[in-house]
Amino acid sequence: MAKEKLIDMYRTMVRIRVFEEKIAEDFAAGKIPGFVHISAGQEANAAGVCANLRVDDIITSTHRGHGHIIAKAGNQYSLAPMVAELYGKKTGVNKGKAGSQHLSDLKVGVLVAEGIQGTALTLAGGAALAAKLKGTDQVVVAFIGDGTLNTGRFHEAMNLASAWKLPLICYCENNIWAESTNIYQVTNLTDLTDRAVAYNIPGIAVDGNDVLAVYEVAAKAIARARKGEGPTFIEGKTCRLRGHFEGDTHLYRSQEEKDECRKRDPIPRFRKKLIEMKVLTDKQADKIHQEVQQEMDEAVKFALDSPFPDPEDVLTDVFAQGGKK
Amino acid sequence: MRQITYLQAITEAIDEEMARDPTVFIMGEDIRAWGAPLGEFKGLFEKYGGERVRDTPISETAMLGATAGAAAMGMRPIVHIMFSEFLGVCMSDIRCVLTKTRYMTGGKTKFPATIMSYSGAGVSAAGEHSACPYGWLMAIPGLKIVAPATPYDAKGLIKSAIREDNPVQVLYHIKLIFDRLTGEVPEEEYTIPIGVADIKREGSDVTVVAIGLMVHRALAAANKLQEKGISLEIVDLRSLAPIDKQTIINSVKKTGRLVIMDEEPKTASASAEIAAIVAEEAFDLLDASIKRVCAPDTPIPFSPTLEKAWMPDEEDLIKAVTEIT
Repeated sequence: MAKEKLIDMYRTMVRIRVFEEKIAEDFAAGKIPGFVHISAGQEANAAGVCANLRVDDIITSTHRGHGHIIAKAGNQYSLAPMVAELYGKKTGVNKGKAGSQHLSDLKVGVLVAEGIQGTALTLAGGAALAAKLKGTDQVVVAFIGDGTLNTGRFHEAMNLASAWKLPLICYCENNIWAESTNIYQVTNLTDLTDRAVAYNIPGIAVDGNDVLAVYEVAAKAIARARKGEGPTFIEGKTCRLRGHFEGDTHLYRSQEEKDECRKRDPIPRFRKKLIEMKVLTDKQADKIHQEVQQEMDEAVKFALDSPFPDPEDVLTDVFAQGGKK
Repeated sequence: MRQITYLQAITEAIDEEMARDPTVFIMGEDIRAWGAPLGEFKGLFEKYGGERVRDTPISETAMLGATAGAAAMGMRPIVHIMFSEFLGVCMSDIRCVLTKTRYMTGGKTKFPATIMSYSGAGVSAAGEHSACPYGWLMAIPGLKIVAPATPYDAKGLIKSAIREDNPVQVLYHIKLIFDRLTGEVPEEEYTIPIGVADIKREGSDVTVVAIGLMVHRALAAANKLQEKGISLEIVDLRSLAPIDKQTIINSVKKTGRLVIMDEEPKTASASAEIAAIVAEEAFDLLDASIKRVCAPDTPIPFSPTLEKAWMPDEEDLIKAVTEIT
């Protein structure tokens, strides 16, 4: 892989981390309304997958979606409208109508982020169907969590995607906790990828905290989908550094598991690897962190300086005007 | 003018729209072999092929998800969710994805999608296959709803629904298909705007707002009452969302009396909304209490005797009219 691409992936992961740490801090300080779900610890999944995607490829995301969006949109995409959205500002990427759980921007291929588990996966199937019907070679990646695996719609979506050979990748970030419930307590599975057998599609597990491993597995699945060979199920074995939502003390997890998760942190791990590979020096890596920190400071300033939406904005964006003439 | 059936009008509308717009396609159960169980898509598979006329598994959530995703990506899906009670199976996809996502993306997406379902009792289909879920669906912001009562309206409204840039639920009445209702439909192209009611019979004493099959029962009652010297004005609502308030209020201005005839349990039904609109916006025009002729707040029974008792009919309407004239 080209050196620039490796550095770009590292920068993506740092941008996600810095963005979310600041959001968590401001949420705790009462500056951000609503609910916030942080993906810290899981950044390698988003970065490794999205590094394979074109701008016109599509992803769908979840309530824990900041990372997916930052990764798909690319490092040239400003953080400012995203931060403004979380602050509920008029300048937000979704005009203050989405907030943290529903950030999206179709211009960069982020179609939706849905908070009802699996609804984005069934929708992703439709986006993949549109690509197939239009004869494009676009690919759709639906990011889901392990909790979605036990919904009926997971089954319906994967069955249909397989039956219709849709260019869909279902990427499951298995952080083992569906909110506070351990996935292995509520399924009788050891390997989540066994689910793929039922749909006669490839099911591949990968260390979701190793961005290069994620990149390689996703590359194969995406190439397969682009060639019209159908969907793939990928399980990224990962872990959550924080609670389900900000404010969750996650006492249901053992200290041992949390310590283990900290050791697996994908960002120091990738940094060490890049230094070993002589792609980056310590100093250059530090510089990336500083640049991203500065970018985030400016994004927060933009959000703070932005106006709140006007009360009359409540009534806009319900219906599209016009129609097919 | 030529006469065709309600069912033929439905098929013609879809056929014409598929012919003029290659982005229109159909998903549904039993579409290929039967053209859906009542034959409304008959011949379309042979004409347009399996890519555009897609047989689905019994997977309402995947079907609705696919509808939303394909619509967001520029297609114009028609999805057949057979009986309107089945909409409950995929209600998250309708209520939270298809109709909310445009708003939650700040207007960055649009969802030109048509959902087609049978509604209505009168064929002894029992509790799960007979509903007119008008009020239930009207409570969804972002959804347009049409319920045609004649072949002419069915064709014109379905064509408009398919061309609309927003999700439209089409509820067509099963008994009008079973009864082989026929009516005048011109050969030449036409559409009927969504959101415009139609005065099916002009009158001077009492306004009757009716929907679907009830329009025909109201017309029958009007004939009987005419003999007694009472003149009914029959307003066929045609679109449940948006509601054509002005046509209703203009009619009440003329008659001073309002009866609403609605084939669904009374509580929180379409009739409740119409009564509230007139009470709130045109109270001074009323010379008598608003009356509602609805079904009782029970499930829909099977036995023909029970079902007949459950459904509002001419006698119920005549009784209500007599009470206020």
